[in-house]
Amino acid sequence: MARRSAPEVNAGSMADIAFLLLIFFLVTTTIETDSGINRKLPPIQDEQDPPPLKERNIFIVLINSNGDLLVEDEPMDLKNLKQAAIQFLDNGGGKGDEACNYCQGAKDPSSSDNPVKAVISLQNNRLTKYSDYIAVQNELVAAYNDLRDREAKRLFGVTFQEMEKAFKSDNYAGNTDKLKERIQQIKDMYPQKLSEAEPKRTSS
Amino acid sequence: MSKFKKKKSGDIPAISTASLPDIVFMLLFFFMVVTVMRDTSIKVKNRLPYADEVEKLEKKDLIMYIYAGEPSERYQSVAGTEARIQLNDKYASLKDIKQFVFEERQDTREELKQALIAGLKVDKETNMGLVSDIKTELREAEALKITYITRKGEALKNLE
Repeated sequence: MARRSAPEVNAGSMADIAFLLLIFFLVTTTIETDSGINRKLPPIQDEQDPPPLKERNIFIVLINSNGDLLVEDEPMDLKNLKQAAIQFLDNGGGKGDEACNYCQGAKDPSSSDNPVKAVISLQNNRLTKYSDYIAVQNELVAAYNDLRDREAKRLFGVTFQEMEKAFKSDNYAGNTDKLKERIQQIKDMYPQKLSEAEPKRTSS
Repeated sequence: MSKFKKKKSGDIPAISTASLPDIVFMLLFFFMVVTVMRDTSIKVKNRLPYADEVEKLEKKDLIMYIYAGEPSERYQSVAGTEARIQLNDKYASLKDIKQFVFEERQDTREELKQALIAGLKVDKETNMGLVSDIKTELREAEALKITYITRKGEALKNLE
């Protein structure tokens, strides 16, 4: 009896099967990372008198339920909001101790003393749409980022966002502690003081 | 000299494809490892608003996702059309948020508890009333780091 050797299994279609699986996983993979606007909520405090703020150091942004803006008692378009916020923050109208030696604003005595004191108050009512709220938040954060970028560029020659990006990446070549210090310095120059009041009941 | 002469054969030998499956399997394993199947099914409408001043959220396991918005169409007959909050896989009410935060905290390692971030995935048509109620609950639960998760795009697109 002639012994027949087992016929070789044809592996040619293995690639096809593997490709099929590969395509399935390719399609289902989402290598997306969520991104968002980071905020810090104020801790709940016992009822006490808030520290007195001068009227000129507060920049009030009101959003109504139609998404219209009222900035410092005047209606405004969303696209002008960033510029207005920058003007307010960068005004530097203070004198003596409160003077701001890096501000490039108009030094208007009726606007903010210096960026450390300036507070933006964002108010909305309960029927304001979330997307309008985010749009305004975005513009205000943009104003802060613009100013921080400008100062970082002036002092260290790189923008603030590049600095933060370098700080987050693992393979930063330079001195990390120094970088952290610099980031903190810029943050102290323009601290994000965004107060979010509890929304008002629908009054308008 | 004739020793070194190559044997001449007329046709070019076929390229061996035997290693092709290996290459494909390698790719396959890569994608199998990288793929994260979505573990919660979203039961609310989730059209995120646009923003461009955003920061990437690096550590996904440190984010507590809170969804809010109108129930999706297929759930509307049961859940109504009023905007709802969704935690994990089910609709929740405002007072469940605290419990949710505590549970998430318990699942996190001690040294990372401070780094937990509440990620708000809120539909753009939602009223701010609900969002601020959520924020108040988060404040009471002392989860102060939040992030409004958005799509990338210019803020002016929100007004359309």
